[in-house]
Amino acid sequence: MRQLSVENLHVTIADQQIVRGLSLDVPRGEVHAIMGPNGSGKSTLAKVLAGHPDYNVTRGKVTMDGENLFELEPDQRARRGLFLAFQYPSEVPGVTIANFLRAAVQARLPEGEELEATDYYAKLYEKMELLGMDRAFTSRSVNEGFSGGEKKRTEILQLAMLEPKYAILDETDSGLDIDALKTVAHGVNSLRGPNIGILLITHYQRILNYIVPDHVHVMVQGRIVRSGGKELALELEERGYDWAREAEGEMALTR
Amino acid sequence: MKTETKAVDINRNIGDFAYPEVHVRDAGTGLSEKTIHYISDVKEDPDWVREFRLRGLKTFLEKPLPTHWASKDLETINFDKIRYYLSPGTTAKRSWDEVPEDIKRTFERLGIPEQERKFLAGVEAQFDSEAVYSNIKKAVGEQGVIFVGSTEGLKNHPEIFRKWFGKVIPIADNKFSALNSAVFSGGSFIYVPPGVKVKHPLQAYFRINAENFGQFERTLIIADEGSEVTYMEGCTAPKFNTATLHSAVVELVALKGAKIQYITVQNWSANVFNLVTKRGLAHENAEVKWIDCNIGSRLTMKYPSVVLKGRKSRGEVLSIALANNGQHQDTGAKMIHAADETTSNIISKSISIGTGRATYRGLVHVPKHLKHCKNNTECDALLINATSRTDTYPAITVRGTGNAVQHEASVSQVSAEQIFYMQQRGLSEAQAMSLSVNGFVNDLVRQFPMEYSVELKRLIELEMEGSVG
Repeated sequence: MRQLSVENLHVTIADQQIVRGLSLDVPRGEVHAIMGPNGSGKSTLAKVLAGHPDYNVTRGKVTMDGENLFELEPDQRARRGLFLAFQYPSEVPGVTIANFLRAAVQARLPEGEELEATDYYAKLYEKMELLGMDRAFTSRSVNEGFSGGEKKRTEILQLAMLEPKYAILDETDSGLDIDALKTVAHGVNSLRGPNIGILLITHYQRILNYIVPDHVHVMVQGRIVRSGGKELALELEERGYDWAREAEGEMALTR
Repeated sequence: MKTETKAVDINRNIGDFAYPEVHVRDAGTGLSEKTIHYISDVKEDPDWVREFRLRGLKTFLEKPLPTHWASKDLETINFDKIRYYLSPGTTAKRSWDEVPEDIKRTFERLGIPEQERKFLAGVEAQFDSEAVYSNIKKAVGEQGVIFVGSTEGLKNHPEIFRKWFGKVIPIADNKFSALNSAVFSGGSFIYVPPGVKVKHPLQAYFRINAENFGQFERTLIIADEGSEVTYMEGCTAPKFNTATLHSAVVELVALKGAKIQYITVQNWSANVFNLVTKRGLAHENAEVKWIDCNIGSRLTMKYPSVVLKGRKSRGEVLSIALANNGQHQDTGAKMIHAADETTSNIISKSISIGTGRATYRGLVHVPKHLKHCKNNTECDALLINATSRTDTYPAITVRGTGNAVQHEASVSQVSAEQIFYMQQRGLSEAQAMSLSVNGFVNDLVRQFPMEYSVELKRLIELEMEGSVG
């Protein structure tokens, strides 16, 4: 059961239905892309999986390697191997990237075990090099005064350092120029492998040219209306979300 | 009570434990002339000190509580129920081996002897009313540096002591300085001869062990011309159900070109009223710097001040206050410019958690006839919960032309999104809070000596752990 499994998920925020019966399995070793227009509930899905307190799950269940996620606090989910690269990462004033990540890595060690500083920095610098980041960056406060590209790169740096079992990338491509996009994609690709399942949430097909998914799902009005291989993204790009919406209509009719 | 008990009540807060009392000298409960005479007799005070105390008592009784501007909580202090002097009846020892076993245990648990070996030039440890240990490293003593308790200072070094004692902070400065003048006991007396730069810090540790007790230490530090000294004080007390009073007076004198740095890390338990008067006098080209960290206590009222008396003198207050549930940190700074080309700097950061309340009161005074004076004031407040409170009362009077003053204030809040973001990285809510708070004070803490920034970080973590979930 090495997979992140979403089953008939229904989510509301302030009495408004956002996710309506979504099911999806992301096994480790695979990259799944969810594409959808604005307001389709993509980001809500990401936040619900991470345990954001503002959302209410009204039905359905989510398991990670067989364990019920809804019984875990956000930090427990994270320590068990779930990572969310935020669309809009928060600033943490006064806390440097080095100290922040160090606390995060330390939080994953067994009680009483102290992180070895030299090993930690060696790994940190290696990952920064991979992402084309300057070492001086580690002494800047987390996301404070960062450009859009710097924020996204910092998210991927954290992903690389924390080595999760499942990573959700929420619109990591938005606001990136083509060079930054390539660097970020290179970072993500280098992390791909049999031990990680990746869920890539995006509005545009563009990033999928660089991070080629194994599966593509189209999300409209809170549920997945089409699934297919990587070619589905191209088809969608060509035919537009209206075509996907028709599918939503068909689905509604067949109920 | 001299019974030995092995069972000690331990709580997660490191200072929260108490051993049975072993006091031989006890002035009893309440305050009257009799109390003063008891203290003076036991301490074998010279006559001028006894008279000083009596004047203190008279002033204390005459002055009203400052409740027209300060917290009404002051009115809950019952001065008749407090014990004003308690001591084991021994003199301060030069070696830890000579300190009575049960008292030594207390300081060992607080880590004092260990810190002394590691990085201090001298240590004084006060237990309730009197110093039980006082020692200075041989090399420092040989340079002529004096570091003793106030009682020993006034007896053995009257020529220096008397000249400055009560001069920076007169008896009638406020009700609590008067109270201290009446019943003071313990605290440090330090003299640094001209040109001597004491490399490592001198440290005093103030420990309240007894219930219903008032601790009134009196510290006087004189840095002679061109000398430098750093003094650090730490404070703890166990959690009792009844109120405990700590009311110290600290006077600093930096003579021409001298530098004094005074660092406080207080971690009083939530039953302590901490009402302290601290003031430094900076002569020509001298520098007085207060680093003040206030964690714990029920109510703290403390406004370290510098009187910039000499040309080109400098004053600085860097302060951090953390007010947890039910606590009120009423802190700030005062800078009195009294000469040309004097500069002062105040940076204050406060954190309010739960129903905690932080108040900043600042006073900067530059009279009309002065030239080329500068002041910079920054005060930032961080609110953790919706029920937390912060107030700022800056009083800046700058008259005349050619003086520069700058004032900035901010209030910020730890947002739910920020905490969620940090939790998503695997940090518990408490860890996320404590990291945010440490981030907030970080730029200030970086200016502290390393050992103290580590200690402060740990104290903040303990506070946040206790306050979340």
